[in-house]
Amino acid sequence: MSVTIHIPTPLRRFTAERGEVEVDGQTVGEALKDLTRLFPALERHLYSEQGALRSFVNVFLNDEDVRHLERDGTPVKAGDTLSIIPSIAGGGAV
Amino acid sequence: MTTILDEKTARALPDLRPEEIRRYSRHLIMPEVGTEGQRRLKAARVLMIGGGGLGSPIGLYLAAAGVGTLGLVEFDVVDESNLHRQVLYGRADIGRPKLDAALARLHEVNPLIQLVPHNTRLDSSNAMELFAPYDIVVDGTDNFPTRYLVNDACVLSGKPNVYGSIFRFEGQVSIFWGARGPCYRCLFPEPPPPGLVPSCAEGGVLGVLPGIIGALQANEAIKLIVGVGEPLIGRLLLFDALKMRFRELKLKKDPACPICSEHPTQHELIDYEQFCGIPPEPEKVEAGFDITVQELDRRRRAGEEIFLLDVRNPQEWEIARIAGATLIPLHELRDRVNEVDPTAPVVVLCHHGPRSTQATHFLRQMGLARARNLAGGIEAWSVQVDPSVPRY
Repeated sequence: MSVTIHIPTPLRRFTAERGEVEVDGQTVGEALKDLTRLFPALERHLYSEQGALRSFVNVFLNDEDVRHLERDGTPVKAGDTLSIIPSIAGGGAV
Repeated sequence: MTTILDEKTARALPDLRPEEIRRYSRHLIMPEVGTEGQRRLKAARVLMIGGGGLGSPIGLYLAAAGVGTLGLVEFDVVDESNLHRQVLYGRADIGRPKLDAALARLHEVNPLIQLVPHNTRLDSSNAMELFAPYDIVVDGTDNFPTRYLVNDACVLSGKPNVYGSIFRFEGQVSIFWGARGPCYRCLFPEPPPPGLVPSCAEGGVLGVLPGIIGALQANEAIKLIVGVGEPLIGRLLLFDALKMRFRELKLKKDPACPICSEHPTQHELIDYEQFCGIPPEPEKVEAGFDITVQELDRRRRAGEEIFLLDVRNPQEWEIARIAGATLIPLHELRDRVNEVDPTAPVVVLCHHGPRSTQATHFLRQMGLARARNLAGGIEAWSVQVDPSVPRY
């Protein structure tokens, strides 16, 4: 199953500046694992040392937060889009 | 959609004076705003947090639109590097308090509204009191502790938080309003650890981006006041300026949200610096951790072989560099640590010091016990040692 993962700007330095990556997997978790297989430097930014998705990393399947679906176990199908949504704080005077 | 002002039962809508009717005529002739909508704008009280990149268009458009009371919280001073995006200010304002310069400009745009200066840094001790007289808070800050503080104070006081955030060429917009939908914490329960997400000062930002995102925030604030359209509640709008693409994600209230759920566990403001993992005072570094620019200069002149490691980004390296330094950007250091000469004394530098401090800690953990941090970075080098190195 090929799904597209949107990579947010702050993480693109770990994906050779690519904003979209095609990956394989049957579930959200498998798709993300395929992403970190392709770009190993991403792993520690997405997962804790215990292997859990970091709490400040938000993953949306199409337009839904996977926390409101089945999290890592949420099934994905060909053509789906996964988005990693980062916390960004910029705006005021810096 | 009902207007935010309906909840303030006591406040009668003020009439429009002839000069207001002339000024706002393009609003008045639109059925979606009309005289009643403009009177609502006149009655509305909006508090802007920050007069920077986002605050500039927010302030200009809300003032121009006739928001009757516009407050601004700001304590910073205009810097030359602000001008590429902070369109409230001009050359003559460099060095001037932003609050003074912003309110003078907004008064020039619209003298018919009341402008309220708040010359303070927003914190847990003053936020509730500052927010109390206002209907809507518009968040244009630049750091995580203030984002969480604005969110929590809005939830606790029942006010909508018109949120916008930017990084490089990507922006986010939403209305977080605990009383009607999810709050910021429902989306981001915990902040990222310090240093993981670069600030605009480190990562840069496209100058026009805050113009776009701030204008969207102003639009949402005006819709809430007038009571028209579909507010961006429970929706996160994402904007990518390079692809020129908007996307929208659905946000839901987190049933376990510590502050906006039905059974909150947090009932007052907390220490947000601590919440975001920022130590209460600068980390005590052992003697010999830092090296001054003068000492580095002296030792280099004396002919000592020093491995000078620059951990900034290639774009910064292109602007300014110290002769003889080696560039390894901080995020590549983990993979390229073997390029650092283990036999020579190592001195690490960045723009001002935070990234090189992080890198020096890392190198010491990797066994380079003599690695030292160049205090003040290339900025201090330029100011105190070699003015031919450009400042940025």
